[in-house]
Amino acid sequence: MTELTAVQGESSDCELLSFRVGEQEYSVDIMSVREIRGWTRPTPLPHSADYVRGVINLRGTVLPIVDLSRRLGIPVGEASERNVIIVAHIRHQAVGLLVDAVSDILAIPESDMQPPPEMAADSERGFVQSLTIVDGRMLRILDLEAVLPDQAETAA
Amino acid sequence: MTTPDPMAEIRASFFIECDELLEALQDGLVQIDSGATDDETVNVCFRAVHSIKGGAGAFGLDELVRFAHRYETVLDEVRSHRLEPTRDAVLLFMRAADILSDIVRNCRDGTTTDPDAVEPTLRELEALTAGVDEEEEITDFQPTGLSLDLGLTDVTAGPAADPVFEITFRPERELFQSGNEPLFLLSALSALGSLETTCDTSALPPLEELDAESAGLAWTLRLTTNRSRSDIEEVFEFVDGLCVLEIVEAAPASESTLPPLPGLADLSGATESADTEAVEGDSTDTVASRLTLTMPDAQDGPDRSDGVAAASGPRVPVLSADPSEPKDGSTATAPRPSAQGTVTRATVRVDLERIERLVNLVGELVINQAMLSQSVAEAGLPANSPVAQGLEEFMQLTRDIQDSVMMIRAQPVKSLFQRMARIVRESSASIGKRVRLVTDGEATEVDKTVIERLADPLTHMIRNAVDHGLEDAETREAAGKPPEGCVQLSAAHRSGRVIIEVSDDGGGIDRKKVRAIAEEKGLVPPGQPLSDSDIDALLFLPGFSTARKVSNLSGRGVGMDVVRKAIQDLGGRVSITSTPGKGTSFSISLPLTLAILDGMVVEAAEETLVVPLGSIVETLMVRNEDMQAVGPDTQVLRIRDSFVPLMDLGVELGFREPLETYSGSVVLLITLEDGTRSAMIVDAIHEQRQVVIKGLQDSYGHIPGIAAATILGDGQVALILDPLDLMTNATGRTRAGEPRLTLAG
Repeated sequence: MTELTAVQGESSDCELLSFRVGEQEYSVDIMSVREIRGWTRPTPLPHSADYVRGVINLRGTVLPIVDLSRRLGIPVGEASERNVIIVAHIRHQAVGLLVDAVSDILAIPESDMQPPPEMAADSERGFVQSLTIVDGRMLRILDLEAVLPDQAETAA
Repeated sequence: MTTPDPMAEIRASFFIECDELLEALQDGLVQIDSGATDDETVNVCFRAVHSIKGGAGAFGLDELVRFAHRYETVLDEVRSHRLEPTRDAVLLFMRAADILSDIVRNCRDGTTTDPDAVEPTLRELEALTAGVDEEEEITDFQPTGLSLDLGLTDVTAGPAADPVFEITFRPERELFQSGNEPLFLLSALSALGSLETTCDTSALPPLEELDAESAGLAWTLRLTTNRSRSDIEEVFEFVDGLCVLEIVEAAPASESTLPPLPGLADLSGATESADTEAVEGDSTDTVASRLTLTMPDAQDGPDRSDGVAAASGPRVPVLSADPSEPKDGSTATAPRPSAQGTVTRATVRVDLERIERLVNLVGELVINQAMLSQSVAEAGLPANSPVAQGLEEFMQLTRDIQDSVMMIRAQPVKSLFQRMARIVRESSASIGKRVRLVTDGEATEVDKTVIERLADPLTHMIRNAVDHGLEDAETREAAGKPPEGCVQLSAAHRSGRVIIEVSDDGGGIDRKKVRAIAEEKGLVPPGQPLSDSDIDALLFLPGFSTARKVSNLSGRGVGMDVVRKAIQDLGGRVSITSTPGKGTSFSISLPLTLAILDGMVVEAAEETLVVPLGSIVETLMVRNEDMQAVGPDTQVLRIRDSFVPLMDLGVELGFREPLETYSGSVVLLITLEDGTRSAMIVDAIHEQRQVVIKGLQDSYGHIPGIAAATILGDGQVALILDPLDLMTNATGRTRAGEPRLTLAG
């Protein structure tokens, strides 16, 4: 019995990459992160959703950039040199997530995660997969699939 | 060696080989059809079918063996001049080749072939060889690793004076490694006639030095048989190249003048069936052509040369013993350059994915090199500095590599044309017209993807030509034309593009009828003045179909518009020319590659964009007096005597609001396939250059007005416009007013 719980405890540790968007702290599963890049000016795409900042050249591939602050509806200043792009793999495609700063890599036991409370009709609610507490601060774990630009939406 | 299932791999390579053989067969038949009934051409066909049969036997593909056997028997009759290759016979052979390729494909995919499709042709083939009864042979055919008693039995040969063959057989180590067993070969030989066997153990090392895996045994065999030499060679077919083999006819017979050449075919290590029948006089040809194949191999390819050396072993000097070889080689190859082209060219099969990767990498290299040149230019180094000079060479190399890599992807359109030949045969048969397909420029090379994606539109066009283009035989004769219609399919390179033409010698487009139908279907307002080319262009409108009778070939209402769409998707254009009574010709113009595009780099609303060069007709400056308002916020531009709708690229893409004035702006005059024109305002034209196309669909999805993206010299992504999409969705707002769109990002 004891052995079993030990195994469970180990395997359910989730490694997260935490970052800041405006004043809020978010994180994503580190396994979906490919690399972190400095700010490059994206080429804007016509007729795209406002949170799609455009595309950049990632060593020869065209990488769409999603501005997380706009996607999550968090007011921030204009994107600048200090911003960072997290290149993540979502649904077999690479997407760049524009964030303010990358903060830490954390290992959180799965048991410490809790589903987001069902309350406000916050615009960001649909994007948060679960919540946890690190050093007394709340950490939101992003649902990457929900962040992706909707194919049907962009085709319109 | 490390493959999980060697059998599957061998099987796969058998089917690839089948494809090549079928292509050779098609080629040969076309040549015979055009009058080349020389022995070698017939032999090429025969050998192709024969090799397919041999391989099929080894894999136990009975269905394929049965058909190939019958086919081969008929071809053998032609080969031995007992059967005249009449036009009808050749047409039957072509149909049989189609069915053969169907059966091959079905065997590969593990599906069964519809016997109804096979049997009639099989019976027709049988009817041609009514005199030759070989039925029992088929049942003899055993699907074992070694197909022993394959066809070709000359039953008419008298048993009285059986020739004696002296066979020297020395297996190499590889023969045993590949799982062959000399005993089976010997017993197969003994089945052909009476066999005397002498085992030569002289090469066997003493017991203490014996290497269990080495081959020390050799046999000298005397075979008295009424079978032909090819039967004997067939026994050794599967160990061809794995042993030293010499077959010499000892008894004086009709073949006594035979030089000891055919054995060389086995020495050469060629993997094709060693089907060199001296009686037919083709052995020298075959050997000579194989020699030309082997010699460069021995020098260049380390893999092949190893195999050749191993196969020829100590007896290799035999190769140079016959002085007649060079002469034979030259006479054999000279008159048939096309037939030999496939033989003499050494090829390597490469996984397409690897080539794709290489193409991508070269794309990167081109971009990288552009970035490097830009930073060197910015660093202000003098042009004669070593860096600048080195860069110059680097650029040259990059360009060469790029060209070479693109060439790897390029393939001759021959395979495509052969498919079309079949379409013509089938479609003409189903509507009872006699149609001949004439092809030209089969060697023209086009990007592989283009070839693949061209098959459907071309099929459609060919069917259209057969069904609508050509008149029926009576009408043709009444018009003084030969009853047999002619469809011509040609390919050529012209000014950096590939031009493919489908033309027929039919009645031409009935413009009155086309116009009537278009009016009836509401595609054009009645009585509108239309030029001939306008009327011809109506054929490309969606939902247009002129076939009076809806045949099962065409007339489903999806017509030339689908064709045009498919060709436009490939970056191509299609146009029609038609002369009443003389025929119609469709011309497709395609880019050489899908990976690179000639574009004009322009700037609009501070963004750099690429406009495909092919759509730009001219560039000009706007003067205020040329602009005329039409409606509240749209304007037209007067160019000479016509008015062209004006659009601001920055506005259409949602990057900005219409400007106060466009005076002095640069305008690109864009023309689409259907003749629609539009004047597109840009802020500046930077340069004209080739850009590497990067798809956006995968990473983002479709964006209105945008075809793809590319990466410029400064590392920035630039979007490539899709003029057609842009113009069909254009708002045409060029006058400042209330903003109606929320601007995106």
